Amino acid sequence: METEVQRMICITCPKGCTLEILRDGDVIVDVKAGCKRGKDYAHAELTDPRRMIASSVVIEGALHPLLPVYTSAPFPKPRIHELMQTLRAAKVQAPVKMGDVVLEDVLGTGINIIASRDMTRI
Amino acid sequence: MKTIQSKYDVVVIGSGPAGLAAAIAAKKEGAEDVLVIDRDLEPGGILLQCIHNGFGLETFQQDLPGPSYAQRFIDEAVGLGVELLLDTMVLDITSQRKVTVSNRFMGIADIDARSIVLAMGCRERTRAQIRLPGFRPAGVFTAGTAQRWVNVEGYMPGSRFVILGSGDIGMIMARRLSLEGAKVERVLEIMPFLTGLTRNYVQCLNDYDIPLQLSHTVNRIIGKNRVEAIESVQVDERWNPIPGTSEIIPCDTLLLSVGLIPENELSKKAGVRIDPITGGPYVDDTFQTNVPGIFAAGNVVHVYDLVDWVTEAGLASGRSAARFATTVRNSEIRHIPLVAGENVRYVVPHELDKDNLANGEIRLQLRVKTPIEAPTRIEVSDGENLVTRKVEPYARPGEIITLTISPRAYDDVQRAGRLVVSAVKR
Ligand SMILES: Cc1cc2nc3c(=O)[nH]c(=O)nc-3n(C[C@H](O)[C@H](O)[C@H](O)COP(=O)(O)OP(=O)(O)OC[C@H]3O[C@@H](n4cnc5c(N)ncnc54)[C@H](O)[C@@H]3O)c2cc1C
Ligand code: SF4
Repeated sequence: METEVQRMICITCPKGCTLEILRDGDVIVDVKAGCKRGKDYAHAELTDPRRMIASSVVIEGALHPLLPVYTSAPFPKPRIHELMQTLRAAKVQAPVKMGDVVLEDVLGTGINIIASRDMTRI
Repeated sequence: MKTIQSKYDVVVIGSGPAGLAAAIAAKKEGAEDVLVIDRDLEPGGILLQCIHNGFGLETFQQDLPGPSYAQRFIDEAVGLGVELLLDTMVLDITSQRKVTVSNRFMGIADIDARSIVLAMGCRERTRAQIRLPGFRPAGVFTAGTAQRWVNVEGYMPGSRFVILGSGDIGMIMARRLSLEGAKVERVLEIMPFLTGLTRNYVQCLNDYDIPLQLSHTVNRIIGKNRVEAIESVQVDERWNPIPGTSEIIPCDTLLLSVGLIPENELSKKAGVRIDPITGGPYVDDTFQTNVPGIFAAGNVVHVYDLVDWVTEAGLASGRSAARFATTVRNSEIRHIPLVAGENVRYVVPHELDKDNLANGEIRLQLRVKTPIEAPTRIEVSDGENLVTRKVEPYARPGEIITLTISPRAYDDVQRAGRLVVSAVKR
């Protein structure tokens, strides 16, 4: 059987280790990583790549016109474009508290959109 | 509008992560009153516009967006009773720790500080500092300015971008603009290597198919009123353009992400010595500058790549500033004035450190106003109760009278807020 080594940069933390993935066709035989989270990342990246997404939604009645938001968990990479369209259409009213759920179960992914900060009503 | 005291234990200039951490640590270390001043309408500094994730992995073991990281410290500072003076520009500071501020409600005012923490952060290098040739059309911005517009103010500065510089701010903006539907044509980097984090190359450029060209720079900006294109060129190891490598890249906006410079105009006014390599103040292990009582932390000292280290430096500087302020405050309490009372023209010394009486007697010298040709009582009181006295056969303005306060009066002197010296006929 032929095993091949694939290299990939881990983006889980600022160290940015190079991961070595030993594969046999589609089967991942072993991953050499700086830590356990790196191993998990390699598996996820090859089967179901996801990214944390931070963006903003329109807010009314606050100091600024935009409320910064982020995904409660890494979001499926192929659907990021769809997510952005959903966020662009969203609108919230001040006041908002940090951690408030702005959109629940966005696009049926089970992932919530969370407010990154407080915004008081002015 | 809340009232601002004329004197604070610790005044912090800048409400970014460094300033907030300094204020929190100063309060916890025993500073009685701490004031944080910022020119912005809100506390938080540059983190408010850094809406992406990646903050707090060291401090909170959590992957937070910039505004969330900032808010944790804002909430803690406010909870501890740190005062915030926002929408206020610091115009000047002196080595005697006088802070001159300007705002709409106070005009121009002075605030005295027992210690100061400089936490003004850094500013971005601009086009003028990298000498880009070509016309000066609209559409050339620093990446940080564009970041504020897109993330805070909701304004897109263009639709087709070229970014000069592969630092983290440039790459993060490349991703942000792509997410918002703009096209980022190219990231150019004059160095032969990436200058930001590798993870940002992967998640900001690769993910969005944005080409990066190393050893490349902008040769010329094309366009009269608005940027229409830029001419890129490859450079050799001495940054000289290589002939025949130029390329015209159509775009309407050029973003510059070409480095940060610590913001030290204020520091220099107070005589703080600046290291020409970091661009920030020389500091000791307590984060004190060469000017006693003036401390500095965060990007004002040197440009950090991780905010967690900024917080750590801020905490350390705040603790040091609180200790310094406490020492000054205690010495202010120990120092009391010697006041010329009835028929006394003046007394030297003008003030004394009450605690010095523990080490031995303190000698006072004075002159009377008008002559008394009879036995005269020279009295020292705290205003009500007698502390010590002596009798002179007479008192004449031409002759200095000497009087000592003995260590036996130590307890009486400790209770005094001032000492009044008078010369009265017996
Ligand atoms: C545009 C930009 C983007 C950045 N993006 C990232 C990033 O994505 N990730 C990352 O880890 N780091 C980033 N950094 C680095 C970041 O600056 C530091 O990690 C950290 O925020 C520095 O904290 P600080 O408290 O030293 O300064 P800052 O957060 O810059 O705070 C300084 C504060 O001082 C105030 N101030 C300055 N002068 C005066 C004055 N005269 N009077 C009153 N107030 C004054 C300013 O208004 C500001 O609020 C970025 C820096 C910049 C400039
Ligand atoms: S492998 Fe572990 S240490 Fe290395 S970048 Fe990934 S998370 Fe960080």
